[in-house]
Amino acid sequence: MSPSRRSSPPRRSSPPRRLSRSLAGTAGVLALAAAWEAYKALVPDDGWVLGEVRVLPRTTDVAMPHLWDMAARAAEPLTSAPDSPPLWLATLQGAGFTLGVSAVGWVVGVTFGLLVAVLMARFVPARAGLLPWVVLSQTVPLIAIAPLVKRWGAQLEIGTFDWQDWMSVAVIASYLAFFPVSVGALRGFTSPDAAADGVRLDLFRAYGVGWWTTFWRLRAPSSVPYLLPALRLAAANAVVGTVVAEVSTGLRGGLGRMIVEFGASASADPAKQWSPIAGAVLVGLAATGLVALVALGLRRYQSGDVA
Amino acid sequence: MTAVVVSGAGRVFDGGSGAGTVALTDVDLTVGEGELVSLIGPSGCGKSTLLRLIADLDAPTSGSVAVFGKTAERARKDQDYGIAFQQAGLLPWRSVRANVELPMQLRGAGGLSGRAERAARSAELLALVGLTDFADHRPHQLSGGMQQRVAIARALARSPRLLLMDEPFGALDEMTRERLQDELLRIRAATGAAVVFVTHSIAEAVYLSDRVVVMSPRPGRVVATLDVPLGGPADRVARGIGLREDPAYFERVSAVREVLHSGDAASDRVSS
Repeated sequence: MSPSRRSSPPRRSSPPRRLSRSLAGTAGVLALAAAWEAYKALVPDDGWVLGEVRVLPRTTDVAMPHLWDMAARAAEPLTSAPDSPPLWLATLQGAGFTLGVSAVGWVVGVTFGLLVAVLMARFVPARAGLLPWVVLSQTVPLIAIAPLVKRWGAQLEIGTFDWQDWMSVAVIASYLAFFPVSVGALRGFTSPDAAADGVRLDLFRAYGVGWWTTFWRLRAPSSVPYLLPALRLAAANAVVGTVVAEVSTGLRGGLGRMIVEFGASASADPAKQWSPIAGAVLVGLAATGLVALVALGLRRYQSGDVA
Repeated sequence: MTAVVVSGAGRVFDGGSGAGTVALTDVDLTVGEGELVSLIGPSGCGKSTLLRLIADLDAPTSGSVAVFGKTAERARKDQDYGIAFQQAGLLPWRSVRANVELPMQLRGAGGLSGRAERAARSAELLALVGLTDFADHRPHQLSGGMQQRVAIARALARSPRLLLMDEPFGALDEMTRERLQDELLRIRAATGAAVVFVTHSIAEAVYLSDRVVVMSPRPGRVVATLDVPLGGPADRVARGIGLREDPAYFERVSAVREVLHSGDAASDRVSS
């Protein structure tokens, strides 16, 4: 009998495909920039007002600075102080700080999310008891809990361990990150139950092995296709959570605080606040890239299903 | 010692309210050491349920099941049988070799705990099913028939004296199917394992079996047991295609068909 399909592993993204993909990405960014400038050029300064309602936003230099003004502002010093670093450098440092806190939040959130998912997969009553709370947890407004977490953290005393304010922010980021992971991982861990006839579970039962062996050898590897999108979502949530928590706890050093501070002086220096916004996009890209590395490490478990 | 003794076994599934569904009622079945017995019947006759009772993937609500003189549960935990289903159920992230080694890896206590021992055994098994060249392939790179052969090799991994097979060739095309039937006869001749084989193909049941157990639905039960005196597995393999064209083979196929179609009427054991 001959193999019905090719006998060499399918090749992933050959060089030409990768090239065309990065070309498409570049084209998308350019199109966005062109749309920004075109809108600014075509729509009157006061936007478009229908009766009392403004249906299109203003296009003044305060509301929508030119892209080149933003770039020029980024090259200038942060403040008028004589030893002030250029704005782009300060933004990058802020982005690095925010990325670091997000990463900690992501790791904590993913770990917690996986633990909750294992608990729910192992004990069916736990699933019924926990899942509503997991969903409910995400309806609590972040702005409301951020100051609480900060206050609780400040009261924490564990030996010589000193709770830092950035840890509160990481905790809030993890609070957003754990949700998609626990839901996605639970679906993944229980996917062998749903597979047609549950033949693989029957097989493991026939081998007479326990729940944990079945978990490590079957449920955990089976969960990877469900887990990876959840990890990506968790990364995005961790970044958003970090920036918002930086704003609402007033933590210095990250992009959140910069956005607030620069926004306050927007009428005098409108291009300035766009640097930390661009920085937040960079942090999001970096976070997605890091998750892609994780996915690369797990690609063995992503291959198409077989009967 | 007999491989399997099922006595008075029944299985009722709870239907939520009132009386449950009777999947199987009062089944007696004995499978001798090295014997190949097919279970055949229309869907709903309980043939797969009966196999699952023997495998202890399900428990009878009445009667008893013994495998090699032990309870079915003990036999399962001792890994006394190998099992294969209609779906190969390979783990897609493992190579073909690693799939075959899975049962040895999970239950090292059987004496195949060493990496070298496992590698030797899986090489032997892949040679037996003719897949030596595909040891390092991944399951999705194989055809359905090849995947099923990997599943059979996996079932044989711990050299069981009993093989339970639930329509293992059911999803394959006719030609692949006949080839794998010959392969199963060859494997049986080589290993001497007893086999309980669930199928809905009359020709397949007669070609492979020493005995064909005909079952009927509503409620699932055994209506007849027919002997198939066409020689041992080694003889059958040697005769090859000649056997499939032998009048004695056709006569047995007709006999099984008659019992299947007469349904309820044939409740006696039909002797050959």
